[in-house]
Amino acid sequence: MTKRLFVKGNEAVAMGALEAGCRYYFGYPITPQSDIPEYISREMPALGGEFIQAESEIASINMLLGASACGARAMTSSSSPGISLKQEGISYMAGSECPGLIVNISRSGPGLGGIDASQADYFQATKGGGHGGYHIIVLAPASVQEMYDLTMHAFDLSDRYRVPAMILADAVIGQMKEALDPHPYKAPADLPPKDWALTGSGTREVNKVVKSLYLGVGELEQHNLKLHRKYAQMQEQEVRCEGYELEDAQLVVTAYGSTARIAHTAVRIARREGYKVGLLRPITLFPFPKQAYRDHTANGQKVLCVELNTGQMVDDVRLAVPQAEVDFYGRAPGAGSLPTPEEIFAQIRLHCEVH
Amino acid sequence: MKTEEMKQVFARPQALNPVQTHFCPGCQHGVIHRLVAQAMDAFDIQGQTIGVASVGCSVFLYGYFGIDVIEAPHGRAPAVATGAKRVHPRRPVFTYQGDGDLAAIGTSEILHTANRGEPITVIFVNNTTYGMTGGQMAPTTLPSQKTSTSPYGRDESKDGYPIKMTEILAGLEGTAYAARVAVDTPQRVIQAGKAIKKAFQTQVEDNRFAFVEVLSTCPTNWGMNPLEANARVAEEMIPYFPLGVFKDVSA
Repeated sequence: MTKRLFVKGNEAVAMGALEAGCRYYFGYPITPQSDIPEYISREMPALGGEFIQAESEIASINMLLGASACGARAMTSSSSPGISLKQEGISYMAGSECPGLIVNISRSGPGLGGIDASQADYFQATKGGGHGGYHIIVLAPASVQEMYDLTMHAFDLSDRYRVPAMILADAVIGQMKEALDPHPYKAPADLPPKDWALTGSGTREVNKVVKSLYLGVGELEQHNLKLHRKYAQMQEQEVRCEGYELEDAQLVVTAYGSTARIAHTAVRIARREGYKVGLLRPITLFPFPKQAYRDHTANGQKVLCVELNTGQMVDDVRLAVPQAEVDFYGRAPGAGSLPTPEEIFAQIRLHCEVH
Repeated sequence: MKTEEMKQVFARPQALNPVQTHFCPGCQHGVIHRLVAQAMDAFDIQGQTIGVASVGCSVFLYGYFGIDVIEAPHGRAPAVATGAKRVHPRRPVFTYQGDGDLAAIGTSEILHTANRGEPITVIFVNNTTYGMTGGQMAPTTLPSQKTSTSPYGRDESKDGYPIKMTEILAGLEGTAYAARVAVDTPQRVIQAGKAIKKAFQTQVEDNRFAFVEVLSTCPTNWGMNPLEANARVAEEMIPYFPLGVFKDVSA
């Protein structure tokens, strides 16, 4: 596991999951993520784990719920339309505090849309895509290496908080090949034991129940408050983001995932041209790196949020820094709408030269 | 008769908690719960079994059985049970589902779980209506039966036909045991108990998929008293849903 490899982002997710000890995979084919079940179906038998190609996305997420309730490190993967189908199950997992990994190699929509890269599932992922007012952990890799690293990290975060976790990437990050250093997984020392998980050893006196139904007066309110305390704790402790050329930047470009890769090149071009511009890249989309935006706009810096959608993350940026001037540049997802570095550089120049 | 001459012939099964159920008078969930608990006692698997509760009146089974329980989303119990069984392949896993849950919203999950031959036991309670939501038309509602959403009676030309799940599942290669029973007479309760026991045996000893449909009452939503409701099982349900063992690969 030390040799440098040249693999697809999707394969890196599969490798990271197996390395992190995931031994249960449940999924259904959909482009552009099918490399993940293909890789895992090939490798899982030798590891003694279980791979099920389920009859639907709905069945897959519920198999994940069952495996998770029994204490297993388990996952499913899909792409946007399939993730929509999983929302019921994700809501139940959130409500019954079942950890587990959901990978969304998102594609363009709405509806059947297309198979091109898209960031239009940001709202669905970060605002609780199903019913009931919950959140899940959302991580946004921007490279093949991060697909591997953050998959491992997602399992750890999910187990630590008993909150489902999502890897949110797209066709660009999932399908491109890059170098990967597949380092061994090391479990964090602070992962709590899964003493809540079902083992089939219930008695009349003690039986374990994994559920989301709370009918007693005040019960559900308390349960919801407990969930939201965990979200607040994650906001304090688990935020990750990356800065590039931010020290003297007067314009802060912000983008995540595939778009951050393109924006990174645009910022490099802008620096070469003498513009004082940097890039702030959220790695955790939930919890959202609010403080980083506050820090980097404290002296009147402007923000340019770039997304492969018509404006979603920009809402969170504006909420984080209501005093700052936050502009948006995006392209509606679909074939041919991936912005070029030059296109984003043109936006940077526009914003730097207006004032 | 002196006390020492008396012997105990009837007791609460070990797997059943000593609590009162919330079921309506004349509802047969209680009898069916007892039969499931007796089957667990018979194989001494209470301390190993994982139950999967479904959405409907039976959702509270975690309060009635002294076992570990997962509460599944509506219709998804067989998929949840699949995940549990793959993690604990030597633990008995069963689902307990109503007709709306299993035969309408969850048809895909039950069909494919049976077809995979997932070694679980499924207890399917058919009372021809949605009990918990207030007596709406179910996939098993009988022709002309009036419900709160078929106020003029089920019209097969528009609503389709009551679905016979046991016959359908018996036709799948993955199913090892499929039976339909009723609990409206003492004799049928005994037969139902045998079928449910066989369905657990199929899983525990043969590691195969087993399915038991139990015809049951819903006096509240049928607008009947318990005796009338019980009589309806034989008069109206059994003629349409014939009792019997439809598949037993061990026979």
